[in-house]
Amino acid sequence: MSLIETRGLTAFYGDFQALFGIDFAVEDGETVAIIGSNGAGKSTFLKTLSGLIATRAESVVFGGEAIGGMAASRIVGKGLALVPEGRRLFPSLSVEENLVIGGYSKRPGPWTLERIFKLFPILAERRSSPGTALSGGQQQMVAIGRALMSNPRLLLCDEISLGLAPVVIADIYAALPGIKAEGTSVVVVEQDIGQAMKVADRVYCFQEGRVSLSGRPGDLGRAEISAAYFGV
Amino acid sequence: MIGWIDTIIQGLLLGGLYALFAAGLSLTFGIMRLINIGHGDLIVLAGYLGIVATDALGLNPFWSLVFVVPAMAVLGYGLQRVVLNRTLGTDILPPLLVTFGLSIILQNLLMQLFSADSRGLNAGPFETASIALPGGLAVGVFPVLIFVTAIAVIGGLQLVFSRTSLGRAFRAASDDRVTAELMGIDNRHIYGLAMAIALAIVGIAGVYLAIRTSIDPTVGPSRLLYAFEAVIIGGLGSLWGTLAGGMILGLAQSIGFRLDPGWGILTGHMAFLAVLVFRPNGLFPKTRDR
Repeated sequence: MSLIETRGLTAFYGDFQALFGIDFAVEDGETVAIIGSNGAGKSTFLKTLSGLIATRAESVVFGGEAIGGMAASRIVGKGLALVPEGRRLFPSLSVEENLVIGGYSKRPGPWTLERIFKLFPILAERRSSPGTALSGGQQQMVAIGRALMSNPRLLLCDEISLGLAPVVIADIYAALPGIKAEGTSVVVVEQDIGQAMKVADRVYCFQEGRVSLSGRPGDLGRAEISAAYFGV
Repeated sequence: MIGWIDTIIQGLLLGGLYALFAAGLSLTFGIMRLINIGHGDLIVLAGYLGIVATDALGLNPFWSLVFVVPAMAVLGYGLQRVVLNRTLGTDILPPLLVTFGLSIILQNLLMQLFSADSRGLNAGPFETASIALPGGLAVGVFPVLIFVTAIAVIGGLQLVFSRTSLGRAFRAASDDRVTAELMGIDNRHIYGLAMAIALAIVGIAGVYLAIRTSIDPTVGPSRLLYAFEAVIIGGLGSLWGTLAGGMILGLAQSIGFRLDPGWGILTGHMAFLAVLVFRPNGLFPKTRDR
């Protein structure tokens, strides 16, 4: 059984339909990348999995349980955490408090404040600074650390490299093996196809709210990806 | 000269009562951007609960706090979960309208239950006891108690905010309610707890008000006005700012009363307007626009 599976998942913003029958699965220990252009529905999909956008209960099955439409505050306690696009750190909380509040659901597991500081040592030095006073890359580390503090079985990362310098992106992606080693599966939403192909075991390409292509990076040809990505 | 020093001391102490009126309002605005128009009427409701409890128990009115504070906290949690949470969203109008309705309902309910007659709580000689200060000055024990209570309440709230898991959740929900949900924070429950704390403080304020002066079902709106002015003067969402706002308001009123007995309330409002003109965000603003 897959760790998470969606069957015919749909999502709406009011009357506007953003996702059309998405079938998607992540196995235990896998890293899956979702690629696609702006407006393809990648972020909407992650928000729907995390409970921020309503959907039918049975269209999302996580760990054998139908969680579609469940409140986001309950889903995190079940082991599914989202690193939201734009990081969205809490400005009135320090770096350490931002991390600690990630563990609010008190889900047991390997991730503690000390483990996060080991994964991202720079955060230990800046632990008392306001989260939003950090550089973009450091803020992204806090956002990832904050999500890990909930000890997720599945970590969803939305555009974690957006707006960051290549060297900083490399630093952030260097943390992925450490995260996987703790038994956490990862889904990354990426606009950078090269980056996605490098880290992922499997790739899904979204286009206009539908899955236009999926497979293992080695099995997918350049032309095939271009067609699925741009729709040409 | 002594007269002016006395005026200043009385004004600052009066500010303690206004800070107690305002602390709950500041808290709920700071956490959920909720302006509760029924806040003043809830203070009066707490005063009447104090009167009922004192009559029933036959004890000193201060003992009624043991009943009133938890009762108001439970009322606050229920009110938030059942009514007010449904009004919160991007539009600020629904909570204003609903709490305005709440204000009218409470006034009429109190009128029905307790009539329009003024009532109060009698704390005996304690009400008029005073402490002599050098230079022939004296301060009332009760006003000092009110002021100390205000400091303790606001200091306690500040400790909760800065040191506890609940305080972090309050701040996170205040910063970004959607991301707070992603942390496992149930905003509906957190907002309920915030309103419970706010109305627990209202419980203290209401009993103190009924001891200090007589109340009737129509005096709520003017208490809301003082609370609102204290919050705005201090800066939205800032707890210590609210205490300072209450003290500035009390001081302005006290100076006005000294200049002319008819001016007191007016000078308070003028101080509020002056702050609005020169520092629209208040003196110690904490809340950022989103």
